[in-house]
Amino acid sequence: MLRDITLGQYYQAESVIHKLDPRVKLIATITFIISLFIVDNIAGYLIAAIFLVCVIRLSRVPFRFMIRGMRTIVFLLLITVVFNLFLTPGEPLVSFWKLTITKEGLRSASFMAVRLVFLIIGSSVMTLTTTPNNLTDGMEKLMNPLKFFKVPVHEVAMMMAIALRFIPVLLEETDKIMKAQIARGADFESGNLIKKAKSLVPLLVPLFISAFRRANDLAMAMEARCYRGGEHRTKMKPLQYKRRDAEAYFVLVCYLAVCIGANVYL
Amino acid sequence: MGNFITMGIIKTEKLVFEYIRRDEEGNVEGITRAVDEVDLDVEPGSFIAILGHNGSGKSTLAKHINAILYPTEGTVWVDGMDTSQEKNLWDVRQSAGMVFQNPDNQIIGQVVEEDVGFGPENMGIPTQQIWERVEESLKAVGMYEFRKHSPNKLSGGQKQRISIAGVIAMHPKCIILDEPTAMLDPNGRKEVVRAVRALNAAEGITVVLITHYMEEIIHADKVFVMDRGKVAMEGTPREIFSQVERLKELRLDVPQVTLLAHELQKSGVNIPNGILTTEELVEALI
Repeated sequence: MLRDITLGQYYQAESVIHKLDPRVKLIATITFIISLFIVDNIAGYLIAAIFLVCVIRLSRVPFRFMIRGMRTIVFLLLITVVFNLFLTPGEPLVSFWKLTITKEGLRSASFMAVRLVFLIIGSSVMTLTTTPNNLTDGMEKLMNPLKFFKVPVHEVAMMMAIALRFIPVLLEETDKIMKAQIARGADFESGNLIKKAKSLVPLLVPLFISAFRRANDLAMAMEARCYRGGEHRTKMKPLQYKRRDAEAYFVLVCYLAVCIGANVYL
Repeated sequence: MGNFITMGIIKTEKLVFEYIRRDEEGNVEGITRAVDEVDLDVEPGSFIAILGHNGSGKSTLAKHINAILYPTEGTVWVDGMDTSQEKNLWDVRQSAGMVFQNPDNQIIGQVVEEDVGFGPENMGIPTQQIWERVEESLKAVGMYEFRKHSPNKLSGGQKQRISIAGVIAMHPKCIILDEPTAMLDPNGRKEVVRAVRALNAAEGITVVLITHYMEEIIHADKVFVMDRGKVAMEGTPREIFSQVERLKELRLDVPQVTLLAHELQKSGVNIPNGILTTEELVEALI
């Protein structure tokens, strides 16, 4: 049952967005998020919406996958809207009991909601169209300048890649241990939250022990295959910018310019 | 340091390795001699098997050849290089590739071809050549059509063959397999042994196979049997298997055919010593 969990949320499809270099997608996502906080009027948000819709159409990922990510932030969204709606001072619009909705409150609440929704959808587009592997590669390449400040960029990327490789292995193991414990009368289902959490102990302890053993073995296997950190290392699948990546950067710059323009002149 | 011309691809001289057990304060509690004055000399291109029950020191010996462990006393040479010298470390590891027991714990890549490319990447091989090496290695172990698969979905035998491909992509002169079949089912075991034999025969890679399955060693050129850190027996598989009583003393299981032949011989049937396969026994009986 645990095997069915898919990693990340990559959606396989043949599209321009899928083929883009992961660095482009990472930078584009960051730019898009920044643009959401720059724009301050309806025209700006319209431009952002058009941009987002175009990218989603191009990515050929069904829209319902984008909204899936929203479920996790519904609560956050609600709180943000409520606080902005009732606690912004200004010209009163409606007022009942002790609460007043102001014109400014309505404006900032709706802007805030749109920002959050766009932000989630925008980053989903990236995670849905990029494999975890590609994503770590892209991050490693982008963070490369940080090496100058002694940030262990390669090591972090390698750790992420190994974690991704071992998640299914450990899930399978969890499943196995769970069944073994259930066979001996362990109960993972009933009881309140605290009781349930306590019942996880006999599951987690063997899991941790085995994870450490695996880490030990893996480290030895990596050393035996001449692994000695990121220096002198070549790549089997190096990231290379292609024509379409340059075009994507150009579109991105145009988008940012339009956003800023809309903010200043409209 | 000896004569390079006559020196084998792997040579150990009076190799001793001691595990030091310490208590919580770091005081020495006891010393275990895992490997005790072992002399090995492996000729290039040969197929060597090292046998022994659990705790006989065979895995510890293997880890010396790949410079994962360093000798407490004595010396190990791989292709003429002393493994205890820091400057030789990466050359030693490249010349003597190692395959471990647990197939899950030695695959690093998330895609088969990426895992096979891991070794060459570490060695700094140019991208184009990495792809060539990955292709030829996967073909050599018969896993080429699985190159785009995730290793998680493969069987144990297939995973071990990928591990072997990952090692041969580094173009080693010899490959050490530390109980590569211990966690596999009989079919997986056969798959792996077949792949290893093919490599030895076709590519001329020296193979050191460490195992406790007797069936796997009948094709070896030379067998070393280890017991309590020492080499207890040494010879061709036929020489080894003709000493059934001695093998039993060392707590090793003799293949059923050999055992049957031995029992028949004991009860007066006239057949030669050291029968290895069913065919041989049938031949001898008719």
